[in-house]
Amino acid sequence: MSARERILARLSQASASEPQPLPNLEHWQPRVPPAGSAERLALFKELMRSAHAEVHDTDEQTWPELLLDLARQKNVRTLLVGNGTDSVARLQSLDSETLHVMSYQRPAEQWRAALFEQVDAGFTQAKSAIAATGSLVLWPSSQEPRLLSLVPPIHFVLLEAHALHADLREAMRVEQWATQMPTNALVISGPSKTADIQQTLAYGAHGPKELIVLLCHSREVSP
Amino acid sequence: MSTVSRTVAPDFSERSRQAIGDEAQRTGIRGAMDFLQSKRKAQFPDPQELSDLRDLGAAIRRYALANLPELLQQLEARLTANGVQVHWAETPEQANALMLEIAARHQARLMVKGKSMVSEEVELNHAMQAAGIEALETDMGEYIVQLAGEKPSHIIMPAIHKTKQQIATLFTEKLPGVSYNDNVDVLIQIGREVLRKKFAAADIGLSGVNFAVAETGTLYLVENEGNGRMCTTVPRVHVAITGIEKVVAKLEHVALLNSLLPRSATGQAVETYQNFINGPRKPGELDGPEEVHLILLDNGRTQAYADPQLRATLQCIRCGACMNHCPVYARIGGHAYGTTYPGPIGAILSPHLLGFGAAYPLVTASTLCGACADVCPVRIPIPDLLIRLRNEAQANPQAARKALRDSGAKHHLLLTLVWRIWALLYGRPRFYRWFSWCASRFGALAPRHQGAWTHTRAPLIPAPRRLRDLLPQQNRLD
Ligand code: SF4
Repeated sequence: MSARERILARLSQASASEPQPLPNLEHWQPRVPPAGSAERLALFKELMRSAHAEVHDTDEQTWPELLLDLARQKNVRTLLVGNGTDSVARLQSLDSETLHVMSYQRPAEQWRAALFEQVDAGFTQAKSAIAATGSLVLWPSSQEPRLLSLVPPIHFVLLEAHALHADLREAMRVEQWATQMPTNALVISGPSKTADIQQTLAYGAHGPKELIVLLCHSREVSP
Repeated sequence: MSTVSRTVAPDFSERSRQAIGDEAQRTGIRGAMDFLQSKRKAQFPDPQELSDLRDLGAAIRRYALANLPELLQQLEARLTANGVQVHWAETPEQANALMLEIAARHQARLMVKGKSMVSEEVELNHAMQAAGIEALETDMGEYIVQLAGEKPSHIIMPAIHKTKQQIATLFTEKLPGVSYNDNVDVLIQIGREVLRKKFAAADIGLSGVNFAVAETGTLYLVENEGNGRMCTTVPRVHVAITGIEKVVAKLEHVALLNSLLPRSATGQAVETYQNFINGPRKPGELDGPEEVHLILLDNGRTQAYADPQLRATLQCIRCGACMNHCPVYARIGGHAYGTTYPGPIGAILSPHLLGFGAAYPLVTASTLCGACADVCPVRIPIPDLLIRLRNEAQANPQAARKALRDSGAKHHLLLTLVWRIWALLYGRPRFYRWFSWCASRFGALAPRHQGAWTHTRAPLIPAPRRLRDLLPQQNRLD
């Protein structure tokens, strides 16, 4: 018998416990303001900011300008973007002497040193966000690879303001995660941090030191 | 780099004595415990919400355990369909052999590790180093502890026993070109720079698993630093290792359990990164490992599982809240336990991993105050399990059911006799009255040396007057 068979046999031989019903999570309601309300958005922003992220209101027209401004303020010289999306095309048109917009197009191992050493900031879109914990949902893809939101010291994220779920469970249900999980899904709630030395909080442990959310309001409801 | 702990004393009581004598460490741990306790408390302002959440958390874990063999097979099938290679190990040796085999296949020289208590449990670093492979911890706390040649003293905050000054000195001694600076931000940036080079150069990334989802074949990992994501994304091979009990049935169960885990553990609302890993890099994707492996470890867990009462041990989500609230842990710290898992969870889990021979002292290291059970997010009745384990360890070896490794190992004839006599006296009022009268009368004859009791305490001497004599007098005065 293999280790697998022996382990499973021991588990199966164990006396059955009282039958346990599948836990019903229906009754569990997050305490979050209603969908679409200004309060819910405010809660999200407040939580993100308290986790040391920046949140900037913007809209469909102007967010690339805003990003450019912020990048300048933060002395970003190389901005890494994905490939093949509309947002990427708009950012690439901003490529200039002072801000090099670089596209993530080749497998990471072919340019790992440059990825780790030469990129100042990365840009991705968020799939959605979560109000209860102030979190961003990212589903990396071949267009927006996984390391784009991890290796560069600054992470810019574009988020549509309407894509705000109450909590993670709601995001999973509405977006039907269980039937279509990507290779990697991420829920990000701030810049990288640690409290491992004397419980003192420090940012930028291994991932981005700064997380900058561009909160994109559609025209009608933009503030 | 050595992985041996700095503790010198071979046995638990000697180590605890040393730890209690270490004023600086005690102050540090006490401060950390107070900090973590108050942060947790602030996360659960509404007792009803907490109670409901704990009910659900416990129900989710109990459901998973009740269906464990089926869920493990479902997990394996889903992971395999996703392209993940699943391995099973009954012992630490088997787990290490599997790991070495994978490493050899890829001619690995450097392995970067995310936080994984199971890899500590199997002493993976040791096995890798013996094979000439560098196994580098990358969680800041673990990195510091490894650099110092020590072991973690807390399952969530591994370097809780060290001050920033000690860490600054350590960096100065061990890292070339680093000068002394005890600013925490500076120290973290030093660690960041060293470790980024290692992430980029590593052949294998190792991680633990917080929950493995049977429904989707998902490995769920939470962390704040990003090193877990580095280890599971940058190297071309990712190996995850976990105990067989970490499976949950549904993806949404993870969402609920994680509204308990970080709040109970460190008193934060949510971790920075929740990482859902479903498989290796797909064609067309530009990063992520080409191979993902999962090693499922038994190492005594099936023993706990076999017993209907002790099975509750496996509900644990490793938040560490029980140790943060344990009066014994707060005084002796994690190293004194001498086991991978310290504190109350270590006391109920270690007997299954190590047998009573090695783990019995942990079972006795409790005041049974119940603080651990009060905070446990999945409602494990830790004190009940401790009493049960004490009984099992002390059972008469002839009569013991032998279901547990080393059952009856701590059987003590004299002790058994004393309890028998006590039961006899206490169960018969007339006997007991006579006994207590004698005790108060001849109390002065009580020995001044009463074994272990008088090592640190005043001897027990019966009072000259019994409570039963004092009470009527008291009542008359009222
Ligand atoms: S026993 Fe309970 S409190 Fe202790 S680590 Fe496990 S889940 Fe947390």
